[in-house]
Amino acid sequence: MKAKLLSLVCTSSLLAMSAAQAAAVDVKITNLTQGIYFTPILIGAHTSDAHLFQTGQAASEGLQAMAEGGSIEALSTTLDSINADKLANPAGGLLAPASSAMGSLTTAENNTTLSIVAMMLPTNDGFIGLDGWKIPTEAGTYHIYLNAYDAGTEANNELVVEGSGAPGTPGIPASPGVAPGTQGAGVTDVEGNSMIHIHRGNVGDDEAVGGKSDLHNTVHRWLNPVAKVTVTVK
Amino acid sequence: MNKFTPIISLACLLLAACGSDNNTTSVTPPAPAPEPAPEPTQYEFKVTAINLTHGQPLSPLGAALHTSGQFWTIGEMASAELESLAEGGDNSGLLGLSVVNSSVSGAAPLGPGKTAELMLTTTSLTDQKLSLVTMMVNTNDGFTGLNSIDVSQMAVGDYAKMTTRAYDSGTEANSEQSGSMPGPADGGEGFNAERDDIDKVAMHPGVVGNDDGLSSSVLTSAHKFDNPLMAVTITRVK
Repeated sequence: MKAKLLSLVCTSSLLAMSAAQAAAVDVKITNLTQGIYFTPILIGAHTSDAHLFQTGQAASEGLQAMAEGGSIEALSTTLDSINADKLANPAGGLLAPASSAMGSLTTAENNTTLSIVAMMLPTNDGFIGLDGWKIPTEAGTYHIYLNAYDAGTEANNELVVEGSGAPGTPGIPASPGVAPGTQGAGVTDVEGNSMIHIHRGNVGDDEAVGGKSDLHNTVHRWLNPVAKVTVTVK
Repeated sequence: MNKFTPIISLACLLLAACGSDNNTTSVTPPAPAPEPAPEPTQYEFKVTAINLTHGQPLSPLGAALHTSGQFWTIGEMASAELESLAEGGDNSGLLGLSVVNSSVSGAAPLGPGKTAELMLTTTSLTDQKLSLVTMMVNTNDGFTGLNSIDVSQMAVGDYAKMTTRAYDSGTEANSEQSGSMPGPADGGEGFNAERDDIDKVAMHPGVVGNDDGLSSSVLTSAHKFDNPLMAVTITRVK
């Protein structure tokens, strides 16, 4: 406890010493999962009052479009409209399991917090998320582990349906990697929690044809955390 | 999370020094330099690990001190030594790596709810890192541990508490089938050089089990786990 208090005192002293907030920041994202892909990743540095998402709150339309279909267009526009510093799609498409992508940001003076989102495939409306992480002013390398969230906007039926990336269309738009099952009956058609929450995980089943889910229970499950973010403040 | 108290106190001292320049009216004679303490010839670390799982015995824990190298890296292929640990619970390959300068292995598997204590000694602290490895034996190729934790700045009596996560070596498909896992739930095969999975180290997705929809699995709900897997305390005792 004493050590913790000391470190808080030190941190605040260091913050006071470095008034200038603009920073050059490298961001590396590692997909820690064994069988889940990330759609184009959106990274934004913005003022501390802004959010791409908040747990316990309903998803914005932009977040819904990202979580259900992987589109970061609307959220990118939102970031632009609040003068955020943005790094869009550093992986140049999908980020495969156990792979990394990296990019750089130069943050403006007031853009002191970092947020990250990307849809997880195959899921109905699952995404990796970082909400408003305070960018340290002290140069160094920092590690953050991200959990999987559920946007709360679509029932997790776990059925792969072409074209279902459109908001409001039930289904998983694609399942890269191991070919998914077919003709599942659907795990559920109800989304019982319409707020953003920790994803309960894919269920999957062990049948290539039929069963409840089009996903495989030995391939498409995960345990948190699902992503590692390495931030280097220069 | 892994910052040790010496790092914090050093930062505080530096700050204190910065702010103390304005009181220079009285000059006190410098205190006589204290006799330099004799360097201890041997440093010792105690590693205490608790198996937090419900029903996954952990293969004999292997702990090592090394000044370079990583026992695994997410996204890279597992070494043959790591594969041997993750599929068969044999830590001798990893502990025998040339970068390792001190190592110790538990004598027996560590059952759920049980605590193990391992002692590591070395004659130099410079750049020392500590790694800890063990297999969840009722899995195909699941392992947990610590990878290159810097212990070089720890003072005697300092301790660091951390938890470990579940990893998958990516060298064997998680079939959970009879004959494929060495633990007591199956009594099947351990190491097999064939690689029939993604061949990259990743985090473990968890076991499915027969109760949870994998009808060909010999595992049950009793073998399921979630992160974290172990609670570990590293203490510098000497």
